[in-house]
Amino acid sequence: MSLFEIIETPIAVESVMNKVVHPNCGAINLFVGTVRELTKGKKTLHLEYAAYKEMAEKQLARIGEEISERCPEAIVAITHRIGRLEISDIAVVIAVATPHRADSYEYSRYAIERIKEIVPIWKKEHWETGEAWIGDQKEITAYPTGKPECANGGE
Amino acid sequence: MITIKLFAAMAEEAGLENIQIPYQEGLTTEGVKQWLTETYPTLAARVPAAMVAVNQTFVSTERMLMDEDEVAFIPPVSGG
Repeated sequence: MSLFEIIETPIAVESVMNKVVHPNCGAINLFVGTVRELTKGKKTLHLEYAAYKEMAEKQLARIGEEISERCPEAIVAITHRIGRLEISDIAVVIAVATPHRADSYEYSRYAIERIKEIVPIWKKEHWETGEAWIGDQKEITAYPTGKPECANGGE
Repeated sequence: MITIKLFAAMAEEAGLENIQIPYQEGLTTEGVKQWLTETYPTLAARVPAAMVAVNQTFVSTERMLMDEDEVAFIPPVSGG
């Protein structure tokens, strides 16, 4: 059972959560990212996610390591789905277990922000009017610093 | 051989995801970028915007390659 997975089938939320259950932890924070229909007034019909799978799983594991450096007791599991997803389908599930709740919220957020920076996964939006690979979530520029931040396992 | 991997819009524009080129002594990531740009002019604008990963690790500066290395061009990501 891997804590960090890229899969092509629907994500079972509870199975991701179950990976992080631990007697030392009093909190599990679950983040569930779903496909949104409207972005800035534009209607999405469906999405397609693609990944550099082997590297993406390594980068997800790296996010887990980054969290461990900051919070050694934390247990993290992340599953991201790729392929065609419909509106409201689950694209990503992040489970963070920590002894106390504040850390579980904090590192859940940390994980999703890092996914959007350093994990080689791309989404293609299909609208009524056309389709496009999305460059980055803010749709401004991909790597504001010119590259993903180095804490990410780059060199 | 060096394997070049393309993704998302870059793969679509080039019309393929994996390219193999012969390894030559002294080949670097910059050399691969240059080869890619010359061979697929439609990628010229996208190559500079992509990060390079060698054997699934980001490299931020020019890197010497070895035979059998995998060089991936990582355009801006949009997972999550």
